Amino acid sequence: MTTDLPDGVERRPFGDATALATQGEPVYGEPVVDGWRRWDPTRSKLGAMLETGLDTGLAGGETVLYLGAAAGTTVSHVADFAGPTYAVEFATRPVQDLLDVVDDRQNLFPLLKDARKPATYAHVVEPVDVIVQDVATRGQARVALANRRFLADDGRLLVAFKARSEDVTASPDAVFEDALSELREGYEILETARLEPYHDDHLGVVARPHDDRTL
Amino acid sequence: MTERPTAADAAWFAGLDPGDVDGGARAIRDGEADQPADWPTLAVESGTVDSEAGYYEWLREAAVHATRQVVRERERADDRQLVHAVRAMDDCQRTANELAERLAEWAGSRYEDVGSGIAAARALAERESAADADERVVSLAQRVVDLDDEAADLRSFIERTAPEVAPNLAAMAGPVLAARLLSLAGGLESLAKKPSGTVQVLGAEDALFAHLRGQATSPKHGIIYTHEYVRGTPQANRGSAARALAGKLTIAARIDHYSGDLRPSLQAELDERIDAIRERDSE
Ligand SMILES: C[S@@+](CC[C@H](N)C(=O)[O-])C[C@H]1O[C@@H](n2cnc3c(N)ncnc32)[C@H](O)[C@@H]1O
Repeated sequence: MTTDLPDGVERRPFGDATALATQGEPVYGEPVVDGWRRWDPTRSKLGAMLETGLDTGLAGGETVLYLGAAAGTTVSHVADFAGPTYAVEFATRPVQDLLDVVDDRQNLFPLLKDARKPATYAHVVEPVDVIVQDVATRGQARVALANRRFLADDGRLLVAFKARSEDVTASPDAVFEDALSELREGYEILETARLEPYHDDHLGVVARPHDDRTL
Repeated sequence: MTERPTAADAAWFAGLDPGDVDGGARAIRDGEADQPADWPTLAVESGTVDSEAGYYEWLREAAVHATRQVVRERERADDRQLVHAVRAMDDCQRTANELAERLAEWAGSRYEDVGSGIAAARALAERESAADADERVVSLAQRVVDLDDEAADLRSFIERTAPEVAPNLAAMAGPVLAARLLSLAGGLESLAKKPSGTVQVLGAEDALFAHLRGQATSPKHGIIYTHEYVRGTPQANRGSAARALAGKLTIAARIDHYSGDLRPSLQAELDERIDAIRERDSE
């Protein structure tokens, strides 16, 4: 199916080809043409999810909780088209680069926190329309479940599961099946897609919270 | 009936004056809440801020401040790792050298021209070991090589982490000397609190005590002797060079401890000062 890109994300010409792009200050040496920064899907799971045509439900202007912001490659694009964007990352080294990204973006809030401990930032983060998750550590489904409390009832979880983070020996398909069935404890899965050729052994997932909010 | 705490009591901005960045940063770092709430609206409705725009501006400033503080603290905590690593590196190197001596003595009784030192141990470790004593000799050589390799790995670890822990000190002293100074002082905080005269003789404690007992002249430099700016300055002016270097390294340690920003002008000032000191000599 074809899906609309969110407002603020466009397919723009770069040289001979077209590519996804957002408007903002450049961050990782990406090409900029007429103020539009190319969004490199090989460096961004969310970029790859948009490229593969997953229906992310993003319209632009949403409030976003981003888990696993690292140096800010992807979250910089998100902040370019979204509303208030909370960026959670627990490693100090990438966060120093993230702070440079925050410098140029008024709607981006850095939080040096562990995504497995949502209570340590629930006093700061408001309920959001979208959670983007790219933590690439063991227990990725549990992280998504723990953060469900932030998501509005009709909100979307956009998560990239990395097979090798869970188990290096099992086949990716088996790992994804396990992760999805765990995720179903709190979410309804709307769509999935492998992120090849942009990212090997990654599964992109679009989900929304269950009606049962008692979890 | 007891008052149930309202959601707003858990907010990061609860009890703060609007725009209080320090207080906000502290609350963001240390606070907790079970559930999120519509904080921006609560902040406006409670009269804490007068608009959502004002709320987000304050939040952003406080969040950046909090993040910077935690980054700095964790780096400071990492000075302990650096201290352990440099001590372990020295132990590995010393032990490797001692064992290499023992090895050379033993191997010399069995082979012709074995040589000495780590290089000889590396050559011995490559030999086909026949049996018995030869086998033990080759195996011992392998242990020496392993220790020497470990020392090299520890050195790369130090080179990688010292610029994160103490950027100015590592830039001016070099990462290994920076780690040694941290080790001798007992960490970045205590190094930052030492007067420059103490930093100048760190590592020369034996000589210093001898001097205090009246048995020797006062030492002009400790471990900073290994710095090119001291070692490479002619004898007559070495004391001045050591003083100048220690002065700048002390400032570097203080900046690293209290702010953590890289200040390249410091290096330029030191370069000039040392040039001037060496000039004096050539007259
Ligand atoms: C694959 S990288 C993210 C790349 C980033 N999303 C991008 O596209 O620009 C995964 C990041 O998640 C972070 N991470 C892993 N576990 C985490 C946790 N429990 N809490 C917060 N961050 C975590 C890692 O430190 C790492 O920076």
